[in-house]
Amino acid sequence: MSFKNTFMNGAEGLFKPDSLTQIQKIVLRFVVVGLVFYAFAVIEGMIMRIYAVDPIPFISTDQYFAILTAHPLVGIFGSTYALVFGAFLFLTPYLMKKPLYSVKLANWSLILLTSGVLLFWIAGFISHYAPLYTLYWPLPADFSQFSVWGGTFFILGIAILMVGTLFFIINIFKTIVYTPKGWEKQPSAALLGSAIGYTGLRNMFAKKENKKEHLVPLPVAAIARGTVDMVLNTGIILFTGVLILVFMLAHILGFDLKETAIDALLYKNWFWWGLDLIADGLVLIFVAGTWYLLAVMITGKKLFMQNIARAALLLELVVSWTVWSHHLLSDQAQPAILKIVSGEFVTAFELITQGLAFFIVLATLWSARPLKMTNPLKFLLGGLLGFALAVPAGIMQADVGLNRILHNTQWIIGPHVHVAILIGLTMTLYAAVYILFPIVTNGAKLYSQKLANIHFWFHLIGGIGMGAFMGMAGLNGMLRRTLYVDGEFNTYMILAALSGSLLLIAFLVFFYNIVMSVGLKGVIGIFMPSKLKTKELLPE
Amino acid sequence: MVDSSTVLWGQTIAYTIYCLVILLLMAWFAYKITKTGKDNKVKPALFYTFVGFLTALGVSLHIITYNTIPWTPVDLNRSEYVPDKTFDITVENHEFFLPAEKLVIDCNDLVLFDVTSKDLTYGFGIFREDNSMVFQMQVVPGHRNDILWQFDKPGIYTIRSTEYSGPRGIFMILKDVVEVLPCEGS
Repeated sequence: MSFKNTFMNGAEGLFKPDSLTQIQKIVLRFVVVGLVFYAFAVIEGMIMRIYAVDPIPFISTDQYFAILTAHPLVGIFGSTYALVFGAFLFLTPYLMKKPLYSVKLANWSLILLTSGVLLFWIAGFISHYAPLYTLYWPLPADFSQFSVWGGTFFILGIAILMVGTLFFIINIFKTIVYTPKGWEKQPSAALLGSAIGYTGLRNMFAKKENKKEHLVPLPVAAIARGTVDMVLNTGIILFTGVLILVFMLAHILGFDLKETAIDALLYKNWFWWGLDLIADGLVLIFVAGTWYLLAVMITGKKLFMQNIARAALLLELVVSWTVWSHHLLSDQAQPAILKIVSGEFVTAFELITQGLAFFIVLATLWSARPLKMTNPLKFLLGGLLGFALAVPAGIMQADVGLNRILHNTQWIIGPHVHVAILIGLTMTLYAAVYILFPIVTNGAKLYSQKLANIHFWFHLIGGIGMGAFMGMAGLNGMLRRTLYVDGEFNTYMILAALSGSLLLIAFLVFFYNIVMSVGLKGVIGIFMPSKLKTKELLPE
Repeated sequence: MVDSSTVLWGQTIAYTIYCLVILLLMAWFAYKITKTGKDNKVKPALFYTFVGFLTALGVSLHIITYNTIPWTPVDLNRSEYVPDKTFDITVENHEFFLPAEKLVIDCNDLVLFDVTSKDLTYGFGIFREDNSMVFQMQVVPGHRNDILWQFDKPGIYTIRSTEYSGPRGIFMILKDVVEVLPCEGS
């Protein structure tokens, strides 16, 4: 096929958007949106890497901090949430062997997620509203530095996004428990109990004859338990957003509410409690569940120690509710008991729960030797490596003594956050994309395996390299969330920027490979209404 | 008190060795799973040993650091210590206000830095001349933010805000305003 023909119709013309069901189209729309927002995040990241070497003349300092504020929010909510929503809205009904509860609700999740992210991104871009995602009180209401109108639209965008998230949550839980039309009545309570871990917990204390079987597959249990954290963090973020909006609207109407009405430390505790349900909650649970699913799909074998894996998911959920204080180890007014129990010891449990998942996946893969080094397998191994590097880095900084010299340095954001997100999380998501690609496209063919290999190596080396050089700068005292205009850490920052450019190239190669696989007509066709009105996941 | 750079050096060595080991382990694993092997079954005993190892590591890390990093017990029990010197510092409108133009400290004195924010959340960090960090803490408005520190090396140090407080915060640097006098016998 000629280049032009492939570009228009996809590799070997195998992708036929007209053959897609409604759910397949929704999944692919989420993937496209997720990849476009990933492009936003990676370009913003690259701008910041260059800025860390030498400030770019046409980007003001205020714009830089607006980018710094938007970058993680677009990356997590715009890209990761979109990919996760798409994957789980397909996998939950797929694994439960029943239709999705509501196609309409899924479409609304996509619309609200996309419009919410675009709104806060544009508000930040135009007004330079830049309180960072941490929103430390009273910075989000500091109207001497930030535009109140810019802030209002920014927070409104976040709120819209959270409503879309609520729709996703409802859809997931309803899909697990509901009875489809014409089906025999489903045991809703038992299904919910199995999904969130109640059945497993009860079995631990029950006599052998009273033990109940698990009604939902392990990956669905992971999806449900991660979604419990999503419920809680969505509530906290929405509540905080409304609180900030009250101050903004009062300012617009000419009343200046006292910022001291809100205790800055108490606020920091509740907001970190909510935020940490993402970073140390649903991300870890969703990732573990995805690893288990990938291991089973790649090997075709049962998961090693699957009952323990199921119990570990529940433990991870409980741990995620009690670890937030590791973000406040440098806050001197934070009670010492919270620093030690929540900040240090409960946080250390993440080493155990994530280590368990790591071992279980490796043991399952080992049991199926010899395996072909496919794209899903190599990206899965990359994801495992990412968390193996990033979790211990996080455990080290979650120590009262070490935090005194690591907090807010590049160490936190490099070897811990970026290695966890870019290598651990993103490579796991790429593994899922590669394994689900032929299923959700009804057999479309990947355009080039060579490009997939380049994608893998450039992403792996770029991500680890960037994290490592940022970490070295952090150990030498370089702070995050500020600027060094005299080039104090330029050697590390140049090396980190070069590594970052590998990440950018990796993404462009992947994006090109996917577009060439489905063709431009295919991409457009994904956004056209489905001709198959069935609620089934796959065409018959 | 041991200088914080010594602790960082130890941490750097430990984490670097760990990274090299895990990279080699994953490379070996990736190679081996593509080959036919004799025994594909993983014994549960190996799994439970691994879990035990992780538990011991997670718990012992903090016990070891508590007993080896000298500022940790001081920090957690700072009300029990009587400082040799106290500096009351105020932060307002992105500016540090020091009690004197230069904070002069005798070597090995236990010094209390008591920092109050009048508006936003800031950070308070002391940095060496090579830009490396001695220590830092958060400065939260409406709360007491105090830290005890003992300098065992003479030198000139810089104060810098270590927390983002808006774009204006990047200029919160007071260069060479802390001086630790030469130690006795040095």
